[in-house]
Amino acid sequence: MFQNWRNDWFSNVRGDLLAGTVVALALIPEAIAFSIIAGVDPKVGLYASFCIAVIIAFTGGRPGMISAATGAMALLMVTLVKEHGLEYLLAATLLTGVLQIGAGYFKLGDLMRFVSRSVVTGFVNALAILIFMAQLPELTNVTWHVYAMTAAGLGIIYLFPLLPRIGKVIPSPLVTIILMTLVAMALQLDIRTVGDMGELPDTLPIFLWPDVPLNFETLAIIFPYSIGLAVVGLLESMMTATIIDDLTDTGSDKNRECKGQGIANIGAGLFGGMAGCAMIGQSVINVKSGGRGRLSTFVAGLFLIVMVVFLDDWIKQIPMAALVAVMIMVSIGTFSWDSLRDMKKHPLSTNVVMVSTVVVVVATHNLAIGVFVGVLLASLFFANKVGHFLIIKSEANEQETERSYRIVGQVFFASSDKFTAAFDFKEALDKVTIDLSQAHFWDITSVTALDKVVIKFRREGTEVELIGMNEASATIVDRFGVHDKPEEVEKILAGH
Amino acid sequence: MSKVIACIDGSQVAMDVCDAAAWASLKMRAPLDLLHVLDKDEYPKADKQSDLSGNIGLGSREHLLEELTELDARRSKLALEHGKLMLEDARQRVEADGAEAVTTHQRHGSLLETLQEAQQDMRLLVMGRQGEAHDNQAHSLGSHLENVVRAMDKPIMVVVPGFKAPSRFMFAYDGSKTAQKALDKLAQSPLLKGLECHLVMVADEDDKHLSDLNSAEDRLKAAGYQVKATLKQGDVQPVLSAYQQQQGIDLLVMGAYGHSRIRQFLVGSNTAKMVRLSDVSMLLLR
Repeated sequence: MFQNWRNDWFSNVRGDLLAGTVVALALIPEAIAFSIIAGVDPKVGLYASFCIAVIIAFTGGRPGMISAATGAMALLMVTLVKEHGLEYLLAATLLTGVLQIGAGYFKLGDLMRFVSRSVVTGFVNALAILIFMAQLPELTNVTWHVYAMTAAGLGIIYLFPLLPRIGKVIPSPLVTIILMTLVAMALQLDIRTVGDMGELPDTLPIFLWPDVPLNFETLAIIFPYSIGLAVVGLLESMMTATIIDDLTDTGSDKNRECKGQGIANIGAGLFGGMAGCAMIGQSVINVKSGGRGRLSTFVAGLFLIVMVVFLDDWIKQIPMAALVAVMIMVSIGTFSWDSLRDMKKHPLSTNVVMVSTVVVVVATHNLAIGVFVGVLLASLFFANKVGHFLIIKSEANEQETERSYRIVGQVFFASSDKFTAAFDFKEALDKVTIDLSQAHFWDITSVTALDKVVIKFRREGTEVELIGMNEASATIVDRFGVHDKPEEVEKILAGH
Repeated sequence: MSKVIACIDGSQVAMDVCDAAAWASLKMRAPLDLLHVLDKDEYPKADKQSDLSGNIGLGSREHLLEELTELDARRSKLALEHGKLMLEDARQRVEADGAEAVTTHQRHGSLLETLQEAQQDMRLLVMGRQGEAHDNQAHSLGSHLENVVRAMDKPIMVVVPGFKAPSRFMFAYDGSKTAQKALDKLAQSPLLKGLECHLVMVADEDDKHLSDLNSAEDRLKAAGYQVKATLKQGDVQPVLSAYQQQQGIDLLVMGAYGHSRIRQFLVGSNTAKMVRLSDVSMLLLR
């Protein structure tokens, strides 16, 4: 236990410190940008990023993952902030935390297995598109200076790392922000800066209880938002955790991560921050910079608040164009470009799931709805595919007075029509034998279909004999395979 | 069939571990399995060019995954090769020592987990007091040893450099439950039969302790040992060490970690002290 603890925190001190610093520098523009998306002062996002990163370093289930204020969450709170104000957002953040902790205790993290790979890809791509779209207001109805600065910023971000030596040591987004700020100040350009967007923090966050009436009406306002925030937060966190698991070839505790996210959000809500979750882009940057342990997340949060509090006069001067450049980088980096290339290789159903997830998210600005649609489509496609695993053979005796049907495969809601259609009721027979011993009845629909078949035959005056009904229907029980030993399951599935 | 399992790594003590394992396998007529565990956390960290550019571009995630996989693959391949060579050396050594029915195998994962999985057909575990990481520190404990000893319920032989086949052993007895269990095991095991047995108890000289000692002595005698029993006073570890040197004892036998980690943290553990400071190899009985 102690060994684990030490391993999580101090097995990679140098790498974690450096990576944490790089991430902190990248977090500042993002936290500001996401606050602006949500329609609150930059300090709300910065406080949130600080609280969430520091708390999740202790409570999270995936060492080395970065959590802070995120775009996915910010997009969900826009209307709440617009209609009810900041205090209700803080209350909703608290409730989100409570819901997430509940999800952790009910082990809802395990439900991630129902979210297929193509839904995850769709989620990630949709997120990238949303982050990009959120930058467009900064790029419309502005002078040519803003376009020039954004383009120059992107140029620096992508070209600076190519420089020998210093290119790999100084984070290029930081170089962009510093250079663009200096240029804007030197030329005294009249363009929008971070200072125009709202209040920046000048002290450490302080504890405050959200100033909302504690009644049912408040709950009715915040609950729908909290549910959405909790679901999206957990989805993005679980997906990011899986990505980091893959990158570092280590495991994570998903249910602990759910609880950790909840505690972190409660912390953020109590210290004047908005709800957040794990960040795909930042976590990848962290791993790329050498961060592996909890220390990297902790350092990122701590360094962020220290810099923001001491440098607030300078941060005010950052032109929005520089932030936009950084956010475009984040959206480009988040997008899964391989998924576009793979579309040629993947089956149509997979592509439909991915694209529908993206389209629904972009249309509704709500990642939860997109994932819901994606999961639903993926399940339907799967049911359809498995429904093909049904073969019905029949043979008559020599006088053609008796016929036996042999059913092999899966009978359930998606294949019961096919099942019914395979019987020839027009044939005049004395007796029909239906051998079910190699079939599996998965639900009540399939049993109803069988009943119908039997009744139809009987109405034609045909005697019906069923073989192997008990074995075939063993799979209907809801808890099938949950408690049985693997051998037992195998016995049932292996044709009795 | 239950086996003697010897943990082999690249440390200096590995050859002594081989000798001890070969000796034990011959005495117990049990097959010998040489085990090398490939623990990722223990590999030398790869010198990855640190990239602090902090930007992510087209397909950064995929490239990063590829890059990290490539690094890990190279490290693991080297470690696998290296391990195979070590196991081959070890096999030659134990065969030269006369051991028969020797098998070798490698596993990925942590040492502790691997040993726990292997516990079912394990009769005796042989491991060095310290691994590669501590080669130059004479009396330090390897990072794995205590965790392994606490997790196993099989006897464990902890080998220190300079092992030779023992001719007389000392059984440190204190009348506790752990020691009683160790006594039972000792009476049944063929491993130490034929060796001179020194039964040593460090406690105040009173009737209870004397009778404890006598019954233990009878027990061992009944099991066919030639026993010399002694009751000594003082601090456990120094007294036992002194006795070991005077009598030319070359193997120390004791029950291990009878107390919880919390108690150990507060009052210290005799087992830990003995294991750390002993000049001869030890047989820990759980």
